[in-house]
Amino acid sequence: MRTWDRFKKSYLLYSFKRDPIAIISFSVLSVFVIISILAPVVAPYNTYDSSTFDIMDGETPPAWMEGGSKTFMLGTDIQGRDLLSTMIYGLRVSLLIGVGAVLFQSFVGILVGLLSGYLGGKLDAFLMRLTDIQFSIPYLIVAIFTSAIFKLAFGVGRYAELAVPLLIVIIGAAHWPIYARTVRASVLGEKNKEYVEAARVIGIGRWQIMFRHVLPNTLTPVLVISTIQVAENVMSEAALSFLGLGMPITKPSLGSLIRSGFEYIFSGSWWITFFPGVLLIIFILVILLLGDWLRDVLNPKLYKG
Amino acid sequence: MFAFIVRRFIQAIFVMLIISLVGFLIQHNIGDPVRDLVGERVTPAEREVIRDQLGLNDPFYVQFARFVKKAGKGDLGLSFFYKKPALEVIVSKAPATIELVIVTAIILIIVSIPAGIYSAIYPKSWFSRIIMAFSTVGVAIPVFLTAIALIYLFAVELNWLPSYGRGETVNLWGWESGFFTWDGLKHLVLPSISLSSVMLPLFIRLVRAEMMEVLETEYIKFAWAKGLHRRRVWFIHAFKNTLLPVITVFGVQLGILFAFTILTETVFQWQGMGFMFLEAVERSDTSLLVAYLVVVGAIFVSVNTVVDIVYGFVNPMVRIAGTK
Repeated sequence: MRTWDRFKKSYLLYSFKRDPIAIISFSVLSVFVIISILAPVVAPYNTYDSSTFDIMDGETPPAWMEGGSKTFMLGTDIQGRDLLSTMIYGLRVSLLIGVGAVLFQSFVGILVGLLSGYLGGKLDAFLMRLTDIQFSIPYLIVAIFTSAIFKLAFGVGRYAELAVPLLIVIIGAAHWPIYARTVRASVLGEKNKEYVEAARVIGIGRWQIMFRHVLPNTLTPVLVISTIQVAENVMSEAALSFLGLGMPITKPSLGSLIRSGFEYIFSGSWWITFFPGVLLIIFILVILLLGDWLRDVLNPKLYKG
Repeated sequence: MFAFIVRRFIQAIFVMLIISLVGFLIQHNIGDPVRDLVGERVTPAEREVIRDQLGLNDPFYVQFARFVKKAGKGDLGLSFFYKKPALEVIVSKAPATIELVIVTAIILIIVSIPAGIYSAIYPKSWFSRIIMAFSTVGVAIPVFLTAIALIYLFAVELNWLPSYGRGETVNLWGWESGFFTWDGLKHLVLPSISLSSVMLPLFIRLVRAEMMEVLETEYIKFAWAKGLHRRRVWFIHAFKNTLLPVITVFGVQLGILFAFTILTETVFQWQGMGFMFLEAVERSDTSLLVAYLVVVGAIFVSVNTVVDIVYGFVNPMVRIAGTK
């Protein structure tokens, strides 16, 4: 209860209520998140079950167009799946991978940053060289290479089965250095403060100081990056899927849906590309706007100065 | 300074060794060079003889050393699909990608600099607001969607521009160029616009931010006080000092642009290195894949090394920070 009271009086909530862009982005994002969590309930059809669709319904245009049918509001894709349901499931997959990869990369990045910043010395030099090296190659190239290699190593069928966990690891591994650098920078700022010294004086162990005392004070920047990273990860996933290195078409994410629609754009079936594309753009945009807002609010230099 | 250069070179070599180790591991574990050579219809006994001849039964480190030695001489194996040395295939695809990046860079410069300067000088005008809104939304639009939208509009609906391939090319001393035919130029329009859309929002914001910062400085105020013409203040005095950071970022982003060529080339079936790479993945052409990995790695490592050394000359802080 006390946390709730503190939240109600916080600057965060205050500035949120005064920023219409933040409110709109947050509501849109919440709707997306709820829809994707409740996908099996909300979606008109279960697109993972091949008995619910018929290839004869393929390429039906949206309901308001000529040849459209009331049963498929936004039309169907090539295989006759209801596009709206496929998009909802696709959103779910994109969100799952985006958030999963953020968890993965923040776990690795925070661990590396904390160890590197607090312990210093040779370990620090080695780990930071490693981030330097990875930074020198664009993350998208890293992700494309690793997914291509995994696809060859596992074979197409096996890769399609394991696509979600593999993509989480691939995309997470491509982005972790940002976390490591950020956490390390804040750890370096924190580690010489009085409270750490006090903890050391009363004889608390190194690991406990690191994880119980220093870590919580480095999490603000992590929160800011994480928001923007979800958007980045969703974009990376869409890019990989569009290249055919991501989600298979049987369990499409928004990216693979766009890829499958693109092949039919010349025959005039624009809706298979258009609706998932718009959904993807809105999804990424609201996360980015929210991330920008969060950065402005949580950056104390901006509001105190 | 000398120590800094040496350290930087050692690091570069170390990275290249890691990249070639990754490449070697892929080739070692996934590819089957015997199949690449003789196909499937050879008895196991004969296969074993060939394996021995090729040295595939040697210890791991011997094979790796051989791989590195050959790679150093430019021999990156044979492409299974093209039946040609992998490096040769990559080099033959490079001009398409390079031309795409050149045109994209030109578009970036001629659009982002005027747009950035304009929105810095008149931050409140409606046109600046449109530019800024575009650069906010633009970040969220993946490059392949821009590309598809352009194809749909200009190729499918209006039928003005071609949607795939490079069109007619001219061979200039072994360089297949699309710059010298009308058809080749027409084919360049949509891919380069799509590719530039990735970086355009960032660059407009960057030029704008730099320009606004410079316009606040003392020497610009002094220039106003001297009564100089406003064009002179904007374009001669202020603009010059926004250039340095812009050029720096441009250099860094060029590498990232390269990553996005893979996506653009896929949409437009542009016969460049990125398209070749994806084809190699689909055909399980392991040698070509590994060769691409090593070549791209080498490009990135050498560009980064050169940039770092140049920075070291310009800014002493860089080389001291690395020492400790």
